[in-house]
Amino acid sequence: MQLPVLSYIEAVTQALDEEMSRDENVFVMGEDVGKRGGVFQATKGLYDKYGENRVIDTPLAESAIAGVGIGAAMYGMRPVAEMQFSDFMLPAANQIISEAAKTRYRSNNEWSVPMTIRAPFGGGVHGGLYHSQSMEAIFANVPGLKIVIPSTPYDVKGLLKASIRDNDPVIFFEHKRAYRLIKGEVPVDDYTIPLGTADVKRVGTDVTVITYGLMVHYAMQAADKLAAEGISTHILDLRTVYPLDKEAIIEAARKTGKVLLLTEDTKEGSVISEAAAIIAENCLFDLDAPIRRLAAPDAPAMPYAGPLEHAFMVKPEQVEKEIRNLAEF
Amino acid sequence: MSVKQMTMPQLGESVTEGTISQWLISVGDTVKKYDPIAEVTTDKVNAEIPSSFSGKITELLVDEGDTLPVGEPICTIEVEGAEPTAEKPVKSAAGKTTQKEEQKDTSMKRRYSPAVLKLAQEHELDLDQIAGTGRSGRITRKDVEKYIASAAEERTITEPAAVAAASQPSAAGCFSEAVAKEVVKPAVHAPRTSVNEAGDRVVALTGVRRAIASNMLRSKHEIPHAWTMIEVDVTNLVNYRNQIKGAFFKKEGHKLTYLPFFIKAIVTALKEFPRINSTWAGDKIIEKKVINISLAVAADEALYVPVIKHADEKSIKGLAFAVDELAANVRENRLFPDDMQGGTFTVNNTGSFGSIQSQPIINYPQAAILSIESIVKRPIVINNMIAIRDMVNLCISIDHRVLDGLITGRFLARVKELLETINPENTPIY
Repeated sequence: MQLPVLSYIEAVTQALDEEMSRDENVFVMGEDVGKRGGVFQATKGLYDKYGENRVIDTPLAESAIAGVGIGAAMYGMRPVAEMQFSDFMLPAANQIISEAAKTRYRSNNEWSVPMTIRAPFGGGVHGGLYHSQSMEAIFANVPGLKIVIPSTPYDVKGLLKASIRDNDPVIFFEHKRAYRLIKGEVPVDDYTIPLGTADVKRVGTDVTVITYGLMVHYAMQAADKLAAEGISTHILDLRTVYPLDKEAIIEAARKTGKVLLLTEDTKEGSVISEAAAIIAENCLFDLDAPIRRLAAPDAPAMPYAGPLEHAFMVKPEQVEKEIRNLAEF
Repeated sequence: MSVKQMTMPQLGESVTEGTISQWLISVGDTVKKYDPIAEVTTDKVNAEIPSSFSGKITELLVDEGDTLPVGEPICTIEVEGAEPTAEKPVKSAAGKTTQKEEQKDTSMKRRYSPAVLKLAQEHELDLDQIAGTGRSGRITRKDVEKYIASAAEERTITEPAAVAAASQPSAAGCFSEAVAKEVVKPAVHAPRTSVNEAGDRVVALTGVRRAIASNMLRSKHEIPHAWTMIEVDVTNLVNYRNQIKGAFFKKEGHKLTYLPFFIKAIVTALKEFPRINSTWAGDKIIEKKVINISLAVAADEALYVPVIKHADEKSIKGLAFAVDELAANVRENRLFPDDMQGGTFTVNNTGSFGSIQSQPIINYPQAAILSIESIVKRPIVINNMIAIRDMVNLCISIDHRVLDGLITGRFLARVKELLETINPENTPIY
């Protein structure tokens, strides 16, 4: 049977809709999520279906969005708070890091914060410095949080539903460029994908690429091209970038002994740096080449000017070059 | 005069493609800069595309209704003025300068990675003997793995890479003793008194042929073969398969052959008779828990035995797909060593060559091999009446150290029973 093909953002909407109809404690809140249906249309139709009490337009105050969400979650609700752009979630960082992440620990397990924060992130959309950043590394050092970054519509639906049902705070980053670029089959039924599990998106024998988000697709494109040259690429999609799926990373690294770590984020201190450390700690005697990282330059921001933005973003051709470089090493 | 290209503009963040809903101009029209030339629909906005140039429209590159990615050309405009043939990306020829040929640089030959050193130590290898295919002659992990695999193939032969040969069309029933002998002898012992008469063609041995030869020889040397055959009435199977094969092909895009049904019956019987699915291990017999079916698949010059892993977990459809995939992999030279390892019992579809009887050589170190011969219509006596039935011979060779006639007979009887009673209820496709 042919499965329906949805875009990445349609999978977001479907997951929200299904969870809201399944559990009346689930509600969404954020800037323009109500009548407007979200600036990207992720919450399109939900206001009409569930009303203003469950699809709440908030003031432009991210700190309040997170804070209200935490309070509601502690009282048993399951808020899905939207940050219109992840770039603007720093005012909420105190709420997220100091409160949401630590409430279960601080209350000796009495209270928890089953909240999901959805936040569009990522560049390559001509968004300039306030609409292009990757924010995951800032939160990927905070035990108590989970950070999910799906790459395909199938994963979006399964992971967003799992995030909403999780009993602790989850930050769910959605790639803006993927929203309408990436389409894929999504089953109509109710399924979840366990948080914290990586997924092998392609099996290969020469070089392992470990990545997440939009870069998964860049890696797949590069792998397709390289297959014609006889280079076989193994691709692991992290899906949850904090905490990392260590076993999967180790297994993928051992598979070929040549590892390319790939992120759209700037390089130093990024999520893939932690993956590199895991591999270095566990796989020394399986490595056949230095662990390589491909990332954006350590510059303060994604430039607005088109050619500069292009230069800043990691590109499929670069991925291809790095994989070939490792294969030939 | 120069020709400019208009491209699909980016109409908002997260928008990566747009649909030309209507052209507002046609070829030959003259437009001024900023004049609208087309209407575009995206799932966020509808908008008009303004012309970036003044000039004459020379070509529309897309039709109304077409969807294309941001940045793709949509039309060309001939512009007045003497600009140099504008927007072509100026790629410096220097960028393409002759790549430095790496002249047998071996500076990395003795730089060993941890993985290479570990493998070399574990297998007691002399790394100087291994050719490096990495940059500057570096020995890669793959080089070492390949070396180990080829050494194993040549010397110890832990798992057969290939079993038998079909070097001439007439030797199609390639498992027959006579053919195997023909192949084996010259392969393993270089002929001392080879006489080449005029017109003879000397064929150099390929690696695969060498492996086939030594595996055959080893199997025949070490394993005391015994052979038997039964005939099976598969009229039910033929009717069942004819009834559903059209629908199956339509739905699945794969042909439904008889082979998956035979494999299914064999696997079911193997589960009941684990001794058949075993191996001789010198001072003991090991009954294998997994059921991995090696399948003899013919290629032009050789015969490979790729493995259907966990065949007992597959449906008829699953087996059909697995058979097709392995056959395609063989044909297209896409088999990996891994695909040929771990087999516990071999099935050979000699019937596809038209054979009605064969004496297969066991796929070392397994304990038995079964060949499925041609299905032929024959007059058969049923209840003292003569009927036309679809009959097939199943031939089995066994390792007589492991198996005796009794258990083999029971196994075959069970396979026969399963095949003869096949019907849609007890053998669903899915």
